[in-house]
Amino acid sequence: MTLADGIWHQIFDFTDYGQLLALVRNSLVAGVALGLVGGLAGVFVLMRDLPFAVHGISELSFAGASAALLLDANVVAGSIAGSLLAAGAIGVLGARARDRNSVIGIIMPFGLGLGVLFLALYKGRAANKFGLLTGQIVAVDTPQMSWLLGTSVLVLAALAVMWRPLAFASADPDVAQARGVPVRTLSFAFMLVLGLAVALSVQIVGALLVLSLVVTPAAAAARVTASPVLLPVLSVLFAVASIEGGILLALGGSIPISPYVTTISFAIYAVCRVAGRLRNRRWGARRAVVREA
Amino acid sequence: MTPIPRQDGPPVVTLRAAALSYGDRAVWSGLDLDVRPGEFLAVLGPNGAGKTSFVRALLGRRPLSGGTLTVLGGPAREAARHIGYVPQQAALSAQALLRARDLVRFGIDGHRFGPRLRTAGIRRRVDEILESVGASAYADVPLGMLSGGERQRVRIGQALATDPRLLLCDEPLLSLDLNHQRAVTELIDARRRSHGTAVVFVTHEINPVLGLADRVLYLARGGHRVGTPDEVLTSESLSRLYGTRVDVVRVRGRVVVAGAPDETTGPPHHPEQAHETDGVRA
Repeated sequence: MTLADGIWHQIFDFTDYGQLLALVRNSLVAGVALGLVGGLAGVFVLMRDLPFAVHGISELSFAGASAALLLDANVVAGSIAGSLLAAGAIGVLGARARDRNSVIGIIMPFGLGLGVLFLALYKGRAANKFGLLTGQIVAVDTPQMSWLLGTSVLVLAALAVMWRPLAFASADPDVAQARGVPVRTLSFAFMLVLGLAVALSVQIVGALLVLSLVVTPAAAAARVTASPVLLPVLSVLFAVASIEGGILLALGGSIPISPYVTTISFAIYAVCRVAGRLRNRRWGARRAVVREA
Repeated sequence: MTPIPRQDGPPVVTLRAAALSYGDRAVWSGLDLDVRPGEFLAVLGPNGAGKTSFVRALLGRRPLSGGTLTVLGGPAREAARHIGYVPQQAALSAQALLRARDLVRFGIDGHRFGPRLRTAGIRRRVDEILESVGASAYADVPLGMLSGGERQRVRIGQALATDPRLLLCDEPLLSLDLNHQRAVTELIDARRRSHGTAVVFVTHEINPVLGLADRVLYLARGGHRVGTPDEVLTSESLSRLYGTRVDVVRVRGRVVVAGAPDETTGPPHHPEQAHETDGVRA
């Protein structure tokens, strides 16, 4: 066997696939929930220009999860606690966009540092440690599953209630405020929802790669549509395709799940970018006609 | 002077001895003013004279430091539903994610929580509004790809979406060329004539609305003047307002103010509004 063959088999190996599939049933179900949550939250992350906040929150989520691992507590709960703390701090201290990025820049390394400390103190399986940063697929057991699904339902319900005013406040804050939309309250509420969404995504793709679930699918969708219906639908489809595809491909190989998820998610974005360019050319042609008229 | 179409009914805006200050610095004070239905009030003045603060006060977003303000007979905050607001042109962060029709739709039901029901009627309404401001042709184009003039038409459609009784425009002509300036002011003028909507129109440049304004509120540091354009825009009136020699010259139907200490004759010191195209067009 050549070296290339060896590497190839580490990445793709489909022997005993049927038995392996049964092991990750929980993960596949969780993947759909995460796709919904990440895809929908991502739409507002784009509108509100919050990708950096997503990254900041995920590092504190990682710190919370590793603290839970060290204390032998529920890792999902720990990750949610860390997330909410970070999201709340960013929401309170960084209401204005200019302040926000420096607040995130300060919180993020602190969270990562804490996480590294807790992991260094942890004496359990090394795979648990690595999984928090780069993702894992078989880690979702039944009690964690209830946490994941419960939190997903909470996030989806919150988004359903505030979708319209949140979209108004995100896209057009000045007029929204004039129309009596509680812009600040919504901004804070969305940070908390985002915190939960990030904590969920950390469970599958790991803290370092959350952006591939919460930003990339929405950004890809935004390349091909501006419809307020089609945009979230496509974003969710892209997110679900990335996770489920990632889980199914990672199953046979011996490397973590995240490279599969991020590669699929990035490939979708690349395709949408090209498709979007064609759409824009059509609008560009329309404008040229208008100008000549 | 064109006759004011409809001035019956109670005033839409009433200010009595109104004052507004930032800390110790009084922006304006002793302001008495009624804006009647169908009236076009142009708010003029140099930068820093409190034009934008005036808008924010009418929107209920900035409390007065003295005197009283009522909008439609009550506190300004409670009138939000009846005010159509056209903000200063600024690039929206989500321009690529929003079509012209979505912006108009926000004006109708964007403030409501919960899922959206009965959408067909609202969609029809959005189409009617877009038609009425001449924006149907680009209803489905993302805002980021519209020109400044096109976007401003959509903005006015959004402001008119709720059948407002007061239209509050903050520098709606900034960075528009003359044709678009005329188109935008005509839309606003048509509305007040057909529906008796009162118009408060903040501008640093009187000439585009000279033929439309019934009255002028001229704000300057240290005072203000209220009256018809002919009363306020004279050398004598503005010299007294500024406390120094100011010349107002009328040249071929245009008003030119010369010598005002902090007056700008050209565009104001707003950063040039870049036309965002999302890198699509050169």
